[in-house]
Amino acid sequence: MKVLIPSALRSYTEASEAEASGVTLAEVLADLDHSYPGIRFRMIDEQDKVRSHIRFFVDGEQVRDLSFPLSATGELIIVQALSGG
Amino acid sequence: MNANIIVMVATRKGLWLYHSDSKRQQWRVDGPHFLGHIISHAVLDPRDGRTLLAAAKTGHLGPTLYRSTDSGKTWQEAAKPPAFAPSVGEAKARSVDHTFWLAPAHASEPGVWYAGTSPQGLFRSADGGNTWQPFSSINDDPQYRKWMGSAQDGTPDGPKLHSIIVDPRDAKHLYFAMSGGGVHESVDGGKTFQPIMKGLAVVEGFDRSDYTYHDPHCIRLCPSNPDRLYQQNHCGIYRLDRPSDEWVRIGMNMPKEVGDIGFPMVVHPRDDNTAWVFPMDGTAVWPRTSPDGKPAAYVTRNAGETWQRLDAGLPNKQAWWTVKRQAMTADTQESVGLYFGTTSGELWMSSDEGKQWTCIAQHLPEIYAVEAALSV
Repeated sequence: MKVLIPSALRSYTEASEAEASGVTLAEVLADLDHSYPGIRFRMIDEQDKVRSHIRFFVDGEQVRDLSFPLSATGELIIVQALSGG
Repeated sequence: MNANIIVMVATRKGLWLYHSDSKRQQWRVDGPHFLGHIISHAVLDPRDGRTLLAAAKTGHLGPTLYRSTDSGKTWQEAAKPPAFAPSVGEAKARSVDHTFWLAPAHASEPGVWYAGTSPQGLFRSADGGNTWQPFSSINDDPQYRKWMGSAQDGTPDGPKLHSIIVDPRDAKHLYFAMSGGGVHESVDGGKTFQPIMKGLAVVEGFDRSDYTYHDPHCIRLCPSNPDRLYQQNHCGIYRLDRPSDEWVRIGMNMPKEVGDIGFPMVVHPRDDNTAWVFPMDGTAVWPRTSPDGKPAAYVTRNAGETWQRLDAGLPNKQAWWTVKRQAMTADTQESVGLYFGTTSGELWMSSDEGKQWTCIAQHLPEIYAVEAALSV
């Protein structure tokens, strides 16, 4: 599926879009990390919690559960909620 | 002999490297590296003079660690940064917010590093900082977890495990400190640790016998006498001479109007009677500024019996910055160079052990850590 990458993570992908496959959000993020090592840990911590300033949207809807099912034709948007000064 | 001196300046918005020779009169700046990243600490490996580690995160991404094997010319991200073990179903499972302290291990263990994190955890790498594992039992030990407290305890941006020290005579003899939780020693390579708390004060009204309330700010071991340690604590300046386990409060000999509160502690590379501190205002609401707006370092030349003010070249009024825990250090040149970075983004140095200070950089972001080293 198509994954839109926020600017803070483009040092990994060197592009605003990437391709990753999987039938859940967790699998897609694992595949993304396979292509771009290290990118998942910047978004998901070691207890499998989504980090506080990262948001995932699938077809316009916010997804918080890593087991959320995804379809190959869908689009995953990763958003960084900027904070601080 | 001429030396390649590198000063690593870790800031809230990136890393800057300053290069000079043994004269330390001209400085060449290289940076920013990782602009926009919070760099808590950057350390050059003294065992090879070229491996450089930098602990990084941003305001909106998780923590990571960058490595260079050519003194900062090129960088690679660590394949597995410090992270706690996954704890399935455990309510108190922790996640590393940031790596705070980096320490090369013993000279006999090339490639081995230690890291301290916030929340407080101890980690080890055996491959030059590329992959990290939780180290020792303390991260999950119920007693240590109690002493560590929670994210709400202590330091505003999270409690820190810091001051990881390796005895140059013995790779298995380690110390570390926790901003909430005290000073601890291991003589078995980190398998077990024991607190060393005798003689240390805590904030009035708290129980001194409970390690949770002990707040060491910075511990340094004297390279010329590894049985001697100095400590800047939340409640004073101390010295410890092993095998004694009782800290002696040497800060009571500081001028009363300045006090003995501060964060950094710096020791002389060859003289165990000489140490420097940079006091801050720890009165009332703890303004954490220079006392009275007049910054100064203080030096002792007799192991803390007396202290002298070192402020030549520094602003003499209306300077309200201060110096953070890791933001003051010394080099190893014959006339020891001292360096400190301020909360207002200035980098200061002295090439004569603090007699005269010179500002070598202004307008940097808030400085979190300053380290000086010899690069090849």
